[in-house]
Amino acid sequence: MFKGKFIDNLPKIYGTYTGGFIVFIILMAIAEQAGMSAKLIGIFFVAFTVLIYALIGYLSRTMQTDAYYVAGRQVPTVFNGMATAADWMSGASFVAMAGGIYFKGYGYMALLVGWTGGYVLVASLLAPYLRKFGCYTVPDFIGTRYGGNLARLSAVIVLTVASFTYVTAQINATGTIASVALDIPFEIAVYVGLASILMCSMLGGMRAVTWTQVAQYIVLIIAYLLPVFWISNKMGAGVFPHFMLADEVARIAELEAQFGLGEIKNSAADLKQVPKGLAGITKAHAEVNTTPWKFISLAVCMMAGTASLPHVMMRYFTTPSVKAARRSVGWSLFFIFLLYSSAPMLATLSKLSLMDPNLATGIIGKSITEVQAIDWYQNWNQANLMFVSDFNGNGTLELNEFFMGGKAVVLATPEIAGLPYVISGLVAAGGMAAAMSTADGLVLAISNALSHDIYYKMINPKAETAKRLIVARVLLVLIGFAGATIAALEIQGILGSVIWAFDFAMSGLFFPLVLGVWWKRANAQGAVAGMLGGLIAGSAYLIAVRSGYPGFWGVTQLTFGIVGSLVSLVLMVVVSLMTKAPDAATQRMVDEVRIPSGKAILGKQH
Amino acid sequence: MSKQQQHWEKTRTLLFVTLAIWFVFSIGIFFFGAEMEASSIRPLGYPLSYYMTCQGSLGIFVILIFWFANRQEKIDEEFGYTEREDD
Repeated sequence: MFKGKFIDNLPKIYGTYTGGFIVFIILMAIAEQAGMSAKLIGIFFVAFTVLIYALIGYLSRTMQTDAYYVAGRQVPTVFNGMATAADWMSGASFVAMAGGIYFKGYGYMALLVGWTGGYVLVASLLAPYLRKFGCYTVPDFIGTRYGGNLARLSAVIVLTVASFTYVTAQINATGTIASVALDIPFEIAVYVGLASILMCSMLGGMRAVTWTQVAQYIVLIIAYLLPVFWISNKMGAGVFPHFMLADEVARIAELEAQFGLGEIKNSAADLKQVPKGLAGITKAHAEVNTTPWKFISLAVCMMAGTASLPHVMMRYFTTPSVKAARRSVGWSLFFIFLLYSSAPMLATLSKLSLMDPNLATGIIGKSITEVQAIDWYQNWNQANLMFVSDFNGNGTLELNEFFMGGKAVVLATPEIAGLPYVISGLVAAGGMAAAMSTADGLVLAISNALSHDIYYKMINPKAETAKRLIVARVLLVLIGFAGATIAALEIQGILGSVIWAFDFAMSGLFFPLVLGVWWKRANAQGAVAGMLGGLIAGSAYLIAVRSGYPGFWGVTQLTFGIVGSLVSLVLMVVVSLMTKAPDAATQRMVDEVRIPSGKAILGKQH
Repeated sequence: MSKQQQHWEKTRTLLFVTLAIWFVFSIGIFFFGAEMEASSIRPLGYPLSYYMTCQGSLGIFVILIFWFANRQEKIDEEFGYTEREDD
């Protein structure tokens, strides 16, 4: 069926895969009509997709370093774009983002702008140059550009802090979904999630992760878009929701006024009854509800963080050329855009479904007992994601008496809007794909940095290929387990840890990476001071704010990267200028990086 | 000025233009959230502030990156720095 090389057949292979997946969805829909239980459909969806990823992971096994670290540098532009989009869009984007928009409106959408705008920085400041460099990992670039083990080690430290913060959140998300879909306790589900993640990455490293991520992107984008289009059409809101929901947005504002949003406040005693983690609608849907600085500072942190997160950057090391790396960033953002521009539409549809008394699905204004008798309400109430209470004792459900968890917006909306259960199963598979693909990228980024930069470059430069790759795999498993163990403790929410990861990465890596390409005078002493100083300053600010310090310039625990990166910039410039300029060889190396043609700085096998 | 310096000069100019456009749509316009909301410009009927955060800025970033990549390729070609396909 497929003649020739794997790479030449990619469109055919993934076309067949997509077709197969759609057939699977249809089969499940038929099975549902034939009476298959919702539980079983959920299990089938998650188990089937995870098995496919594991199979791809197994087929991509390799014993070559450049395949293991950079997928042999032959991933075509568009496919690398898809893989990056899956790598990038985590459980937070898939499960939590629409919920955040639903509850917090405009102020929250700074994340949308930040998480997309960052790619302009990636494309123009970094990706093509790092690709030309020919490195395997981000610390590999820092270590070679600035020279010296101290610079390399500092980069590994920042990378590990940022990526590890991020990965615990993703393993947590895979655990949450696996526990709901497979009906097993969370503490066990976390390890089921971990096993699936390792199956995708252990045997084939970056090569396996690349091809599973493409497969995961296809699942997650279908799982996200299908319900949005379906609900919009079912509701009669428009065939193409992205362009046609203006009336619905206006209608929500009308209903908000009618139901007295913001006028009726719940007393503290009433709010005590509400289970932890659930929230009511307190902010207007489309109103500008935050100060410009709050919006902009959050967006800036997410953008600079995007350009500094190693698991994203290393995806561009896998393209065949510098030109392809640049274009690949564009494709990545296009594929991300497909999901991100749909999240606000999903939030709008979800809110209107619940609020509008003219729709059959609307619950606000109905009697409390009636709402409590609805099937989906009972299910999600049991899952601790929904709650109603008759605070004012009038027997009807008011807007301020309805509470929901952030995850429920994505996970429960298909059910609320009256879609068949097969869609909910699909959404669970999509969420699993999103969390797994990001976790894979992150675990690999950390273990590659430790195995390549610490073990091979610093401890044992004479290690043979086989030994290096065994070390890489052992580290991968260890880091996965460490991540899962911490995830099982559930210290910080999914979204909170993700935002922190961006701030950590930005604090320590943004300026050392950018100036490495754009400022020849930057030297090792400056870079080390910038990385460590930035990371320490950022962390110190975070800890101080968490323990009650009011902070300055309106910088909060979500935007501490601003403090960290400014300290990093100042230290880097001052220390660089106070110490000796980099030698002629380093200067020539930077010149060489700045033009696309010619040999890579680091050889094909290093 | 050597060929390489000229190439870098042009690359830098392109970077500044790209970053200027990026700045306007990622930071600049959000200084005026309230003004955008009150504006009579309503793309597809959405309030301008809402539209820019949902689609407007995001879409502009996608186009901007492809435009940037095209321009950079032209600059590389002009100075003969394009990679060989078999590299």
